[in-house]
Amino acid sequence: MMAGLANVFGILLVLVITAALLTWVERRLLGLWQDRLGPNRVGPAGLLQVVADMIKILFKEDWVPPFADRIGFILAPAIVMAALLLGFAAIPVTPGIGVWPVDGVGLLFILAMISLSVYSTVLGGWASNNKYAILGSLRAVAQMLSYEVFLGLSLLGVVLQARSFDLRQIVAAQAGMWFVVPQFLGFLVFMTAGIAAIHRLPFDLPEAESELTAGFHTEYSGMKFGIFFIGEYVGIVLVSAMLATLFFGGWLGPVLPPLLWFLIKTGAFVAFFILLRAALPRPRYDQLMAFGWKLLLPLALLNLMVTAAVLLAF
Amino acid sequence: MAVTLTIDGRAFQVEAGDNLLHACLSLGFNLPYFCWHPALGSVGACRQCAVKQFRDAGDHAGRLVMACMTPVADGMHLSIEDGEAKSFRASVIEWLMTNHPHDCPVCPEGGECHLQDMTVMTGHVRRRYRFHKRTFRNQYLGPFVAHEMNRCIACYRCVRFYRDYAGGQDFDVFASHRYVYFGRAEDGRLENEFSGNLVEICPTGVFTDKPLGRLYARKWDMAGAPSVCVHCGLGCNVTVNARAGHLRRLLNRYHHQINGYFLCDRGRFGHGFADLPERIRQPLRQSHPLTRDATLRHLAGILPAAKPIGIGSPRASLEANFALRQLVGPDRFHLGLAAEEQRLLSLIIDILQKGPAPAATLADAEQADAVLVLGEDLPNTAPRLALALRQATRRQAFAIAGRLGIPSWLDNAVRDAAQQEKSPLFIATLDATRLDNLATAVFRLPDMEVARLGYAIAQAIDDDAPKVSDGSAEFLSQAQVVAQALAEAQRPLIVAGTSSGSRAVIEAAANLAWALCRRGRAAQLSMVVPECDSLGLALMGGGNLAEAFAAVDAGAVDTFIVLENDLYRRAERSAVDACLNRLRHLLVIDHSSHQTAARAEIFLPAADFAESDGTLVNNEGRAQRFFSVRPPSGGIQESWRWLRDMAAVRHEGEPLPWRQLDDVTAACAKALPGLSDITNAAPGAGFRIAGAKIPRQPQRYSGRTALHADRTMHEPKPAEDPDTPLAYSMEGAATKPPPSLIPFVWAPAWNSVQAINKFQQEVGGPLRGGPAGSLLIHRSRQARRTYLGEVPRPFAPRRGRWWIEPLYAIFGSEELSRMSAPIAEILTSPTVALPPADAARLGITEGALVELRLGGEIRRMPATLHPALPPGTGGLLAGTPESIGLILPGWGEIKACEGTP
Amino acid sequence: MYSLLKTLWLIFLHLFHRRETIEYPERKAYLAPRWRGRIILSRDPDGEERCVACYLCAVACPVDCIALQKGELPGGRWYPEYFRINFSRCIFCGYCEDACPTYAIQLTPDFEMSEYDRRNLVYEKEDLLISGVGKYPGYSFYRVAGLAIPGKDKGQAENEEPPFDPKTLLP
Repeated sequence: MMAGLANVFGILLVLVITAALLTWVERRLLGLWQDRLGPNRVGPAGLLQVVADMIKILFKEDWVPPFADRIGFILAPAIVMAALLLGFAAIPVTPGIGVWPVDGVGLLFILAMISLSVYSTVLGGWASNNKYAILGSLRAVAQMLSYEVFLGLSLLGVVLQARSFDLRQIVAAQAGMWFVVPQFLGFLVFMTAGIAAIHRLPFDLPEAESELTAGFHTEYSGMKFGIFFIGEYVGIVLVSAMLATLFFGGWLGPVLPPLLWFLIKTGAFVAFFILLRAALPRPRYDQLMAFGWKLLLPLALLNLMVTAAVLLAF
Repeated sequence: MAVTLTIDGRAFQVEAGDNLLHACLSLGFNLPYFCWHPALGSVGACRQCAVKQFRDAGDHAGRLVMACMTPVADGMHLSIEDGEAKSFRASVIEWLMTNHPHDCPVCPEGGECHLQDMTVMTGHVRRRYRFHKRTFRNQYLGPFVAHEMNRCIACYRCVRFYRDYAGGQDFDVFASHRYVYFGRAEDGRLENEFSGNLVEICPTGVFTDKPLGRLYARKWDMAGAPSVCVHCGLGCNVTVNARAGHLRRLLNRYHHQINGYFLCDRGRFGHGFADLPERIRQPLRQSHPLTRDATLRHLAGILPAAKPIGIGSPRASLEANFALRQLVGPDRFHLGLAAEEQRLLSLIIDILQKGPAPAATLADAEQADAVLVLGEDLPNTAPRLALALRQATRRQAFAIAGRLGIPSWLDNAVRDAAQQEKSPLFIATLDATRLDNLATAVFRLPDMEVARLGYAIAQAIDDDAPKVSDGSAEFLSQAQVVAQALAEAQRPLIVAGTSSGSRAVIEAAANLAWALCRRGRAAQLSMVVPECDSLGLALMGGGNLAEAFAAVDAGAVDTFIVLENDLYRRAERSAVDACLNRLRHLLVIDHSSHQTAARAEIFLPAADFAESDGTLVNNEGRAQRFFSVRPPSGGIQESWRWLRDMAAVRHEGEPLPWRQLDDVTAACAKALPGLSDITNAAPGAGFRIAGAKIPRQPQRYSGRTALHADRTMHEPKPAEDPDTPLAYSMEGAATKPPPSLIPFVWAPAWNSVQAINKFQQEVGGPLRGGPAGSLLIHRSRQARRTYLGEVPRPFAPRRGRWWIEPLYAIFGSEELSRMSAPIAEILTSPTVALPPADAARLGITEGALVELRLGGEIRRMPATLHPALPPGTGGLLAGTPESIGLILPGWGEIKACEGTP
Repeated sequence: MYSLLKTLWLIFLHLFHRRETIEYPERKAYLAPRWRGRIILSRDPDGEERCVACYLCAVACPVDCIALQKGELPGGRWYPEYFRINFSRCIFCGYCEDACPTYAIQLTPDFEMSEYDRRNLVYEKEDLLISGVGKYPGYSFYRVAGLAIPGKDKGQAENEEPPFDPKTLLP
């Protein structure tokens, strides 16, 4: 019982703190890639910048605009946080660490939770009663709807190979070879769709600053905005963790302990996501849609068919 | 007749008869000019308005003509944009600028300078002239106008206005060629009462507003508001400018039927009373400042038990008076006018409503071709009307010019053709007036004789008129001369008014107009009233001061609520003292302090004309709205809001459910049928242009984030204005507002006051966007069929007594303007005016101290000898602290007394 | 696709480039003499205030952070009775300096004016006025313009004839 609780809270706490720390990591990395230093003044190497930001954001006025729909407005950030944290519950960090394997269908659970998170975006935009916000929500819905299709499809190759939806078994199935090799196409499609699902750059059209001020969270400030913000980083960690688990063998690896392998792999993807942000421009909305439906969906289907054919043939 | 004009290849329809410059400007073209002015006509002095005229559509060479000197003809082809015309105009500016001192940063005209505008318009930017500039020394021209001769471009507008238009004698042009000098022969105050117009008429900074210079702000930095002059009964339209809570200046606001382009100096410089340092800005109880809440608590203690009556005011808005009337009830509302004055005003309304002759606007007065003035010293009691009559005497000149085929705008030619010919103007007053030099004949008579002259003229025109049976033959033959001149005129005008305090004079004027109407003449009446809302108050109706005093004596009343009124100016000092001593409570609402206010138990600081809104009715019965330019500050509140608050604490009777001015105006229009049209005086507070209010501040109003930064960093939100469609802000509608709501005149490329061209339907015509103000006096269809009144008995001098009539001074007789600093500077101490012969008999010399007994009052002041006064009469400057409290006219005893004045 | 990967690679390589950041305040950056920083009011070569309170800086200011009131010294010299710049609003655009016809208002290479209290960012004339001529030595507005001031009568400005007497009979 106690061990279970420690597991739950330990992971939860580490996850949230990691997400918060990621704000510093992201700014530091972006700085480095732009020949700057990034935050380096508060605490050693600027590490306490996170604390400063937290203090600032916690002490901001908790304000609901008078024209907003109050319940929806407050609920929206809670949904994204809850959904993504729940999704992480199914991630097996090591054989011993992990909240809950969800009895063999962990992968489906995570996908469900990721899908659920879009309600937060929709609700936040709608409840804000602001035209930028509602435009952002509309984009979020369309984007989620489109990319969710092959978010799932791209993973079916992995599932077919592992013959299980259970993430531990999927990891175990990669003992010989990481799935990234046979499932390279699936990996690419999933990574793209994953970025889109958590609307990270370059797929951040729901909150495109340059055209929609801040999209669905235009009206948010203070800790409610902070939750959206942290939620986004939890999303990054979640998708990175999924990539590591599904395609790069999760905790598997030589010499080092399993936990460290998991962290290294996840961290590498997180850094890669930040590199994407530093390097790539945002596509136009129609390009995003065309890319999804005309390229990624056929690729995902192709990957599924080839995998199925190969598995049937041998 | 409309003719076709082709300008730069585009055809336009314009009215024939005017000049090309007028036509081009009316069509909206930006054609530079200096010497031309719509009210002054063309002289072709500056050569700035050159355009190319072509023989026909096929002619491409063309020739340069001065647009202002060329009449519009059918089928004309011209070009404004022609290269040669443009370079000619640019050269003219360059020549004009050779002597300009380039001191725009330290010139008060900068930013609203016609010369700047025109220089930019022609594109001249670089000075090529390498020789020296001529310079002049400046003159001291009095407290109103500052002089900086170096800036002059010699357009001659100033002398043409001052001498030709306003009849001034003490200002002229000196020297020759590039050294022409515009000024006086020697330093001294400009004597003409229209000298302030030089500020607006001068296209550059030679003549500037001196009081503005003391607390200077640029045009773009001053909020503006459309207002109405409060210093006489003519209702001239003015623009009030303010910045940072201070009233900065007053400008003429064009109204084609009233003041046109010009204001008198009393109106222009009389606003200083509003910003006196000693002005009371907190409620007072026995001279001790109170907070608003404490004041209302005191009022709540007083009002429920009090037996009050309300004393209104002819210098307060209709709304304020109506609020008082509602607070105390119609039976207990008194107008605050002496009984006699109220009777005179009621008579005037009756005459204008039921008589056959309509009230003349000032524009009508300018068109009158024969004028008779009965008992009014117009340059002092209604200055702007005197200026209009000056123009009326030129009807004859225009008629002569017309016969010679000279267009009326060709100013020099008209003057040369007419020489000294003038339309008939007859003046019958007690003392000399400054219009006398224009008059065909003047009559120096006491008021009853003025009336008798009027009766005699009426009788000479129409046999049915009341007979003057006991007039001398000379008297009747004089009347015959006047009668003939009036009867020959097509649009005769009779001017009379309340200033001599004589009912007979007004009745005589009405009879005369009626007689002329019966002869088929389009006769008009101009009735001069003393204060800005005199006629409105009379239309409202109520008791008078004598009745109010009687009610106090009878014990039926123990409280006076006095609205913006100094009772000592309305009745004998002893009567006022006696009445106020008997009162238990005296509550005074006013913006200025005076003797009545000094005695108030509770004094409530009221908003002045620049910080409140309301409706005033001028002497022709035109209701006009004035608007605040700044919100009330400190404890100051609009009078009607104080009265509403008093109604709320009174506990009995209806509370006054008013939230904004429109509620009061509407209630007033509803309650009083005679005032039902006041709601049309200007658009109500709900009026919007494209959903936006009209900004009081120009778009480049500066210093928004720094003006208050010394007091607070939290840039205060602009004050809300629930009462008007104007906003205390620079944000709002960018299009031109309707005439009654124009806060400032500006148009692209036109920063000076001449931007008004862009607001007019045609230059010099009505403003675009409908009428401003609404007429309340509608003549009934059944015109009066009987003559009024009866002929008064002739003036009979009395032994040892003099018939003292009030004399008026433009500066000094009016209550508010005399507090204004520049006017206070030139006030003279009042004197008793006596005919020299009578004075000699008494042994009184000029300047000697005399004692005047009149009614129950005794005053000592110096005497002055006025040769024009008829024997047995005297005059006393009205409205000064020394003369108020005397009832004029009246029989007074005069004797020499010891002492030095 | 290749270009995307190339971009990623090139950006990644920036990890090993030199940092451009100057670690202020330990190291100070070079500021050019015409750098647009803290605003000052200068004096003319005679030591008098150059500002003539013409209001042109105030009207040129896009954030309306300049307020002043014209005053007049005996003799006719214009000067600002007060001159206030709200630096909490100033955007250091330099329009005021461009608009100034007398070179009175100048921007200087100094930006270190942070305050803990916003009220301290409101600079009055005493805070703005320096004792020198700033960037423009030798210029004095009144020597060019025609207005007479004590010590410079009519006709004594640049390119001026002595005052003409309009009553003379000479042509």
